[in-house]
Amino acid sequence: MTPPLEKYRADFPFLAREIHGQPIVYLDSAASAQAPKQVLHAMTAMRESHYANVHRGIHALSDEATRAYEKARAVVQSFLNAEHEEEIVFTSGGTEALNLVARSFAAPIMAEGDEIILSLLEHHSNIVPWHMLRKEKGVVLKWLECDPAGHVSLKDYEKLFSKRTKLVAMTAMSNVLGVSPPLKEMIKIAHQKDAAVVLDGCQSAVHQKSDMRDMDCDFFAFSAHKLYGPNGIGVLYGKKAHLEKMPPFKGGGAMIASVTRDAINYAPPPQRFEAGTPPITEAVGLAKAVEYVSEIGLDKIAQHEKELLHHAREEIAKINAIRILGDEKSAALLSFVGETAHPHDLATIADRKGVALRAGHHCAQPLMEHLGIGATARASFALYNRHQEVEALAKALRYAVEFFA
Amino acid sequence: MTPNAKIQNIISDFAYLQDWEDRYRTIIDLGKKLAPLAEDEKNPNSKVQGCVSQVWLVSESAIAKSGEKILAFRGDSDALIVRGLIALLLTLYSNQTPKAILNMDASAIFADLQLEEHLSPSRANGFRAMIKKIQSLARDEDRLEARA
Repeated sequence: MTPPLEKYRADFPFLAREIHGQPIVYLDSAASAQAPKQVLHAMTAMRESHYANVHRGIHALSDEATRAYEKARAVVQSFLNAEHEEEIVFTSGGTEALNLVARSFAAPIMAEGDEIILSLLEHHSNIVPWHMLRKEKGVVLKWLECDPAGHVSLKDYEKLFSKRTKLVAMTAMSNVLGVSPPLKEMIKIAHQKDAAVVLDGCQSAVHQKSDMRDMDCDFFAFSAHKLYGPNGIGVLYGKKAHLEKMPPFKGGGAMIASVTRDAINYAPPPQRFEAGTPPITEAVGLAKAVEYVSEIGLDKIAQHEKELLHHAREEIAKINAIRILGDEKSAALLSFVGETAHPHDLATIADRKGVALRAGHHCAQPLMEHLGIGATARASFALYNRHQEVEALAKALRYAVEFFA
Repeated sequence: MTPNAKIQNIISDFAYLQDWEDRYRTIIDLGKKLAPLAEDEKNPNSKVQGCVSQVWLVSESAIAKSGEKILAFRGDSDALIVRGLIALLLTLYSNQTPKAILNMDASAIFADLQLEEHLSPSRANGFRAMIKKIQSLARDEDRLEARA
């Protein structure tokens, strides 16, 4: 029986590549996913025939570009089930989206001694912006612990709140362990304590439905390049009531209502936060990527990835010299360490066999320290991966393990 | 054997190795033979910044038979391939005067080893970071000597 997603492999030009003389087995989509030709073609067509700067020119091309850019916003709004189109801010990526929340939402409302809750699962992009506030303003970071598989306890979480808690910054899916915290309950608890919640959705957005109205988070950040879209663009969803009160953190063109010598009035959101020429072509690519995955169905993709992950877990568990981190509840990615070989060693030899893995601390050093390891190797799965590739991974790892034995 | 003669031996050994497996195996074997650093020698001072895996380098000075001050290096890493690269570097740089270390064109010698093509860009960067660390240790020693 042909797996249901097999036919979509034809959409991905990169699969024609060979690495060191072997067909590529790309298992690093959690770092950046490859784009289908539909996305690449949409971006090329935009540049070739419909491109100009947006929101400015009184001419046909500028109108077309503006329409395409704003249509992308509507596509993302629907993808996130956000109530208002103005709640979608285009940024340069997930990192800028989280920095925007730190600069424009958190900094103005936080004073010395105010508290931010974050988890040990966070990626540095959801740690460093808060550390910067700690250094600048003396806000206090309170860390939610997790067990070795990455699971957090709601009881521990609730205990971290105090009268000074202003914000919860939480990953919607760990980039190392693939687990998702119980977000809905956590958001509910935070709101009962009058704290806002910002979710880092960079990993989760491509594997599970992100429903803003259902989750009721205050902010949600993700990047296009992990969602089969282009790099250079990300999204910050923010509740309208928040965005309207927030000052911009970047100044420039296209974000003002009026500028005089002595005064400035900012444009309403989302333009207020989109200073300068935005990533126009990339917005078109992002919209196409969202349409592409929505057409296949995020749930179908997730089911496919789950099967691949289960298969990989079984195959790698057979290799004695490799220890898998996390448990069955993780999604789409698998971290592991070698008993003798370092993750970099494993990844170097796997690459020679055409298998692309990530190895390192994954920009999650507090989690690495908590797990008592310096680095992991990580295989991450996407809609274009197939079971033969899981077997190629296991074969490459067995070869690597022998290499270092 | 002088360090240069030793490295020439390694270069000629490498010339016989046709495929990547053998080259990597040779590097890994060198890494396995490298004496580890003591735990307390792996500290922020000895850590080489810019490597994808963890690397530490320390230097010790001694007086050669010629009466000149020479430097010896020891190093360690948590990754085996990197340990092998450290072993190569130590062979090249150890037991030389600080001036000789600073005057050595390591990149030309390693080009002869054809290692860069077997090293990813991030690894090659780390390799350069290790050379920089060795040079900076030699420079510190050279300055001390000039002052003495």
